[in-house]
Amino acid sequence: MLFRGTATFAGSMVLIIIAAIAVFLVVKAIPAFQDDTENFFTFKEWFTDGDTPRFGIAATAFGTVLTAALALLIAVPVALGIALCLSHYAHRRVATTLSFIIDLLAAVPSVVFGLWGRDYFYEPVTNLSKWLHDTVGWLPIFGSEGPYGKSVLLGSIVLAIMILPIVTSLSREVFLQTPRENQEAALALGSTKWEMIRTAVIPYGKAGIIASVMLGLGRALGETIALALTLGSVFAINWDFLGPGGITIASNIANRFGEADEFGRSALIASGLVLFAITLVVNMAARAIVYRRREFVGSA
Amino acid sequence: MAKRIEAHGVTSYYGSFKAIDSVSMTIEPKSVTALIGPSGCGKSTFLRSINRMHEVLPNARIEGQLLIDGQNIYDRDVDVTAVRRMIGMVFQRPNPFPTMSIFDNVVAGLRLNGVRKKSVLEEIAEKALRSANLWNEVKDRLGRPGAGLSGGQQQRLCIARAIAVEPQVVLMDEPCSALDPISTLAIEDLITELKNQYTIVIVTHNMQQAARVSDRTGFFSIEKTGDPGRLIEYDDTAKIFTNPSVKKTEDYITGRFG
Ligand SMILES: Nc1ncnc2c1ncn2[C@@H]1O[C@H](COP(=O)(O)OP(=O)(O)OP(=O)(O)O)[C@@H](O)[C@H]1O
Ligand SMILES: [Mg+2]
Repeated sequence: MLFRGTATFAGSMVLIIIAAIAVFLVVKAIPAFQDDTENFFTFKEWFTDGDTPRFGIAATAFGTVLTAALALLIAVPVALGIALCLSHYAHRRVATTLSFIIDLLAAVPSVVFGLWGRDYFYEPVTNLSKWLHDTVGWLPIFGSEGPYGKSVLLGSIVLAIMILPIVTSLSREVFLQTPRENQEAALALGSTKWEMIRTAVIPYGKAGIIASVMLGLGRALGETIALALTLGSVFAINWDFLGPGGITIASNIANRFGEADEFGRSALIASGLVLFAITLVVNMAARAIVYRRREFVGSA
Repeated sequence: MAKRIEAHGVTSYYGSFKAIDSVSMTIEPKSVTALIGPSGCGKSTFLRSINRMHEVLPNARIEGQLLIDGQNIYDRDVDVTAVRRMIGMVFQRPNPFPTMSIFDNVVAGLRLNGVRKKSVLEEIAEKALRSANLWNEVKDRLGRPGAGLSGGQQQRLCIARAIAVEPQVVLMDEPCSALDPISTLAIEDLITELKNQYTIVIVTHNMQQAARVSDRTGFFSIEKTGDPGRLIEYDDTAKIFTNPSVKKTEDYITGRFG
């Protein structure tokens, strides 16, 4: 009874807090919506000073989704690979030590990674950009002539590094949850270890894997400082990964909030509202995927 | 298709603990062999040594020879997955893949073997489910989750999954221990039918069951805890249950055991 009461209370608190955040954002954002002289959703640039404020979230929202998606594309396969190695391939002692380190890394604030990643990867990514342009430059995404350095690619790589530990740590946990009976059932049918992982471990962990990826994505979408430091802050929608470009909602807020006047802040909060909506939609989509297969999934 | 199993001095360890000591026995093709004995005497360990599932556990290892139709499956050049494909296994607790439908569960082994053609899979799935006496109960819901069946149905599903790949040998570790008497009888009938095609080894704690289904019975025992299990007596089931030649066997089957 006590537990149920507490759980209900905690659950409703979460909902109330989320609702309160949404209300706060909406109230604060209303003046900005009213006075924007351009279409807020399709305009790309961001001028909030002066008598005719012109701003929109098109470029920042695009940049947010693009960098986060690229970061996931880079990080998730690596994270799942490492997680599987730790849960099913590595020697016990090695696995325990490495898992411990990765759990520690997952707890490090992302900005630390961001700064480190920027300093450490600036050079290599510049070189990588040149190489990509030279070899597969006919692809529009690698078409930029430079100068290389701060770019969508650098931002995404740094983001990827930031979310790698959390995704690895959580999915390793998920892989370890696979019941031994299921794994033995697969092995007894004559599967190799990899086939066993494909038949028993990965399908069983699907919901958990998606959840861990979502947590990584949440971090990626909300990341501010690291992207403010590594993206080119160019308010444009283009698919050029290598050139000086890229901007995200969160990094735009981080860049401007300090100097913004009241109206400017209102506009930035309006963009925050969009970020909030994007996060919500992504989460709901993931939940829908999990839910659709729910009856087939052993856990959760 | 069925094969002869010969164990020569099979000794299995968990780390430094010797769980069974030098078990030797010959199991004829197309027969049912029951392994009985008190808890912890190594029946499961021996059974899992027959399809090399013992070595899946960390630090587990084995000595001795295990021949399937004359081929030692522990030879260095033997492919362990090939051994396991040839030897089906049914576990104590029903363990259908929880993420798979009934159909996908049955054909899981076939898919691992590279069978992709839908018509072939469907045909074999039906055959396996019929052999497992489950077809009538599930034919209208093959796409539903395997884990949604009753315990007895799940166990028959696991049997169907094991025999769908047409193994030569089927190992069963207390397949009925989690089941009600009716499901148990259904599975016993099934074992009797399967005997026509497969070599079957079944571990059971149920004496009546051993007496009902098996042709030969092996009695395992341990001296005291910490000692390795040994094969005490191995003979025709009728002989073991009416006129065992070892006193210990007699004590066990008449219920006078420790
Ligand atoms: N994974 C394991 N690690 C270490 N020791 C084990 C393991 N599995 C079994 N043993 C030990 O090996 C011995 C034989 O176990 P086994 O499971 O083969 O007995 P069993 O005859 O099947 O018993 P039961 O009738 O209870 O199933 C026991 O002493 C047991 O404690
Ligand atoms: Mg056992």
